[in-house]
Amino acid sequence: MLNLMTIPKVPLADWMDHFVDWLTQFTGFFNGLTNFIGGIINGFQWVFDLLPIWLFIVIVVGVTYLANRDTKKWGLIIFEILGLLLIWNLDFWRDMTQTLTLVLTSSLISLVIGVPLGIWMAKSDIAQAIFKPILDFMQTMPAFVYLIPAVAFFGIGMVPGVFASVIFAMPPTVRMTNLGIRQVPTELIEASDSYGSTEWQKLIKVQLPLAKSTLMAGINQSMMLALSMVVIASMIGAMGLGTRVYFAVGRNDAGGGFAAGLAIVILAIIIDRLTQALNRERTK
Amino acid sequence: MTVKLQVKELTKIFGKRIPKAKELLQQGKTKAAILKETGATIGVDRANFEVESGEIFVIMGLSGSGKSTLVRMINRLIEPTDGSVLIDGDDLMKIDKKALREVRRKKMSMVFQNFGLFPNRTILDNTAYGLEIQGVDKVTRNQKATDALNLVGLDGYGNQYPTQLSGGMQQRVGLARALANDPEILLMDEAFSALDPLNRSDMQDQLLDLQATMHKTIIFISHDLNEALKLGDHIMIMKDGEIVQTGTPEDILTRPADEYVEKFIENVDRSKVYTAGNVMIRPTTINIDKDGPRLALKRMRENEVSTVYVVNNQRELVGIIDARDVLELVRQDSRDLQSVINTAVPTTTEETPINEILDDISQTGIPFAVLNEQKQLRGIIIRGAVLGALAGNEVNHLA
Repeated sequence: MLNLMTIPKVPLADWMDHFVDWLTQFTGFFNGLTNFIGGIINGFQWVFDLLPIWLFIVIVVGVTYLANRDTKKWGLIIFEILGLLLIWNLDFWRDMTQTLTLVLTSSLISLVIGVPLGIWMAKSDIAQAIFKPILDFMQTMPAFVYLIPAVAFFGIGMVPGVFASVIFAMPPTVRMTNLGIRQVPTELIEASDSYGSTEWQKLIKVQLPLAKSTLMAGINQSMMLALSMVVIASMIGAMGLGTRVYFAVGRNDAGGGFAAGLAIVILAIIIDRLTQALNRERTK
Repeated sequence: MTVKLQVKELTKIFGKRIPKAKELLQQGKTKAAILKETGATIGVDRANFEVESGEIFVIMGLSGSGKSTLVRMINRLIEPTDGSVLIDGDDLMKIDKKALREVRRKKMSMVFQNFGLFPNRTILDNTAYGLEIQGVDKVTRNQKATDALNLVGLDGYGNQYPTQLSGGMQQRVGLARALANDPEILLMDEAFSALDPLNRSDMQDQLLDLQATMHKTIIFISHDLNEALKLGDHIMIMKDGEIVQTGTPEDILTRPADEYVEKFIENVDRSKVYTAGNVMIRPTTINIDKDGPRLALKRMRENEVSTVYVVNNQRELVGIIDARDVLELVRQDSRDLQSVINTAVPTTTEETPINEILDDISQTGIPFAVLNEQKQLRGIIIRGAVLGALAGNEVNHLA
């Protein structure tokens, strides 16, 4: 019997190292990217730092109320007020806004890259055949692995955290955009074509509006995945609630870890319910 | 009549190895043989037909007969494998995408089986869709869309959404959307098939009413022969991607091309299609201006009937006389036929559909007299002949 251990190892790791080394020579490009992503992060953070805490809570509650006008989810509103007050009380406010910044930046980038990619996949079977396995790869590869090249490209801090989060969180947006567009009934596509629509008109007036709720579900999923990356991202210096959890692990501080973890849960629930409500509102 | 649309050798082959399949098709191989050899399916096999300007041309067939593929090749929603589609003599297959869009925008509109309405748009915005993508300004397009909605009887529904409307109303929107563009050709793909029978009948009537003033060229796809017979100026019957027969409704009914068409028309409600002219038989007549009672009796005896129809020199119907009355006259040696004529004869015209007079025929004992516009007697309708015609038997036609 052939023993595969006796033949030389496939030098997969070496290849990847060479590839990453090769990529790092484009320092100009990565610096530019770092500045760009950093700019977005600073923008969000600047707004959150500027907002008084009470105003932030009022805005969140206000948006929730408006998005749920017909269903009147008082329970959710009370949860939001109490949850945010608790985060304030635990002195996690700044960490929470940092985490929120990380999530929003990652989601925004996922959206900007993911939606066009999803549209391309929906329009071209070849593009779908190529990207589908890549998306599977991105999603199933353990997220820790992305941290290493992220540091190589972007150093330490929020930006590599965003980079790793985007890779991990983008697939649902791409997939759901693709799915949403492909699910538009053939007859509506035919109707659009038969009246002489251009590809662009068909996309803007028919396909995207009809794919919207599926697409929004994808964005919601991306945000949740980005949030699940915050503890991992904190290992390479992305500040926020994740850092608190990470430190608590290091100090064997069960209580502190639980408190920070709870803050993440509260944030997750608020983001999830809010994006779902906005989705319902739009598709009506 | 001018020819609006001409289809020549239009062919669609689905699957792989299409050139090979095309070659085999030209060699006269059967579909089954081509499928076995190449794996390709013949959707439409070399269709040839012409549609006249302003007519309703019905393409009939069961599902899988290729009729939907055929209609989609006319506006190139499905790209034909071979052949040409000529609109006013211009070949649609030779133009580029941009020109094709122009044709779709200006010349042809399509109505879909399941309505094809955009659920995210209001009825008005749905109706104005065709104009919107042409870049027509909002005021003009909304005006035209409102006019089109009024035309189909949907005034005031503009702000609703498709799901708020019943099926019949939704398809009216589909029709209005097509009409708002003011196209020359309407493609209607099983447009009324998803509607319940009452709604379907209403829509058919409405289409005929609209057509009486619009005179669009309409290609109507249907699997319902009754619908085809009601709407069609010409009917084309398809089977397995091939054209089996093309003709007027009467051609199809009276001279079915083969067993397939015969089977098709077996279940048709003939009372809607047959007119009095189709089922009338030659009456026994005498001329009041020159014939007397003895001749009347002789005619009755020869034809083994107990009544005879009385006409004048112009063959205008005067009335009917009964054998007993004539016998009485002969016995009295009178020649006064006039005195025994029963003038209360039910009459109808040649164009009257049978179903309109069916009740009366079954109730009155006297056969209906069929008159032309000059009041001349053309024939009579007896119950036996009507029943025979409805059952699909050949009627002993006059002519």
